[in-house]
Amino acid sequence: MRHHLVVPALLLALLAGCSSTPMSGSDQTGASVEDRSSGTVQTPGVQTVTPGQGLGDAGIAALKDPNNILSKRSVLFDYDSFTIRDEFKPLIQAHARFLQANPSMKMLVQGNTDERGSREYNIALGQKRSDAVKKALQLLGAPEAQIESVSLGEEKPRCVEASEACWAQNRRGDMLYSGEF
Amino acid sequence: MALALVARAQLAIEISGAGANRIPVAVAAFEGENSLPGTITEVVRGDLARSGLFSVVELGSQPMSVTALPDFMDVRGRGADAVLVGSVVPADGGRLEVRFRLFDTQRQTELGALALRMTAQQHRATGHRIADFVFEKLTGLKGVFSTRIAYVVKTAGRFQLQIADADGMNAQTALASREPIISPAWSPDGSKLAYVSFEAKKPVVYVHSLATGLRNVAANFKGSNSAPAWSPDGRLLAVVLTKDGQSQLYTVNADGSGVRRIASSSGIDTEPAWSADGNWIYFTSDRGGSPQIYRIPASGGGVERISFDGSYNVTPRPSPDGRTIAFVTRNSGRFQVAVMDLASRQVQILTDSSRDESPSFAPNGQMILYATEVGGRGVLAAVSADGRIKQRLSVQAADVREPAWGPLPR
Repeated sequence: MRHHLVVPALLLALLAGCSSTPMSGSDQTGASVEDRSSGTVQTPGVQTVTPGQGLGDAGIAALKDPNNILSKRSVLFDYDSFTIRDEFKPLIQAHARFLQANPSMKMLVQGNTDERGSREYNIALGQKRSDAVKKALQLLGAPEAQIESVSLGEEKPRCVEASEACWAQNRRGDMLYSGEF
Repeated sequence: MALALVARAQLAIEISGAGANRIPVAVAAFEGENSLPGTITEVVRGDLARSGLFSVVELGSQPMSVTALPDFMDVRGRGADAVLVGSVVPADGGRLEVRFRLFDTQRQTELGALALRMTAQQHRATGHRIADFVFEKLTGLKGVFSTRIAYVVKTAGRFQLQIADADGMNAQTALASREPIISPAWSPDGSKLAYVSFEAKKPVVYVHSLATGLRNVAANFKGSNSAPAWSPDGRLLAVVLTKDGQSQLYTVNADGSGVRRIASSSGIDTEPAWSADGNWIYFTSDRGGSPQIYRIPASGGGVERISFDGSYNVTPRPSPDGRTIAFVTRNSGRFQVAVMDLASRQVQILTDSSRDESPSFAPNGQMILYATEVGGRGVLAAVSADGRIKQRLSVQAADVREPAWGPLPR
């Protein structure tokens, strides 16, 4: 069971990551910025903040092995749809089993939409997609507590052309494991 | 010109439409401004011209002193209904005093006079204050030339939340990130921005003090946290959370404490916005099948549907006087900024573009700032609430989006 071998390494990465995850402004070292306010009548200065970068890679062989279905992470959706297509059920089943077998693993499901329409409304639509993925994982036995579903809306397109082929790739849910987010 | 060197990163503003009856106004060159890093006169003329409500009458570069009456016959002969004259004189403490007077050229009467103290470096801010004075005297509306705008600039792999003066100058970066930043919202006192940042690989709402760069998490619950909107008293933020299921409306205190659900539906509720009087919260919901605009009393109570025409009406933003809302409507596949008169429920589409987003009223209600796309690139645009005046604000070689017009300075 190679999964069991890799989990401790991942946990370490997770623990190391926790302390550096930028969750509040207090641990930001605000990069210096020109203070052009010069005490003007109505223009207070603005300080630049540069958030820390995300975690490094935590190698989990099975999750990265291109021959393993677990290396596939994306569930694509039809236009204006939040239903999981049959072709993605084996993928979701594999991840549900992996989560069940690895109770210390956490998963972040990120829902995405194409670029049309209001950004905030698209956050809500992307959430419906990540919720659909999460629910499908749960139905196949994955424990709820291991999964967080969130939305990136239209903000992280995989493809940036304004075409249907491109938009289809952007209507998706991505499954990320601890150490990958 | 020294200004041209810094202008690359600035928002450039062009006007593509003007008011039907522009007020002809002359701004005489300010006496004694040659020692300043730039002229006050050009700031005032530029502000008034860009507003679309004035035509600035040519008066040459000969300064007119504030201490003498202007030659009314001459100024009137050039077609100006009003003339502004001003002088810059030394004041104590190494500061300068700018004295100015505005006259009605027909009645040959003074409409108002004021003196402002400044340092030489403050000549632009002073010019905006003077333009605000002229604007208010001649239109009866508060000027918004001293306000600031926030927006997000996207360059390759980099997002910057920037703050600029309303004329696009003096742009400064409040937050630079590799992850997206959306939905900036000004606190009513203009000292803070709430926004959504994806730096934690999910949407989290932050409150950011502009002067210090200090920020706190206002909402980081399990799931997504987005769409912050300030209550008019600055104490609460309405936010959209998914901690209990689908996107739903909550309020939190600005420090992130005291989360409270304010509405519930079986569908999506998002994009809350408080009316200026604090009585209503407008929002977008698909509870009726398609995204439409609704409102709920801020103190709780029954939800009322506001929009009915079409299948996509989103992002409601109440006007400062509470009489209209600006929103985005989908019209034959095009997303356009529209206004609705709340008394008659009559809708007017204000733009002829097709990718409009994020409308935001100027604090005097006269203009609506929004994001749109030109040639595949994000730009900001502004349109007057009557649809006549149109401006475009763009940054060279960058995508600009998510504008928010700041409050009047206090």
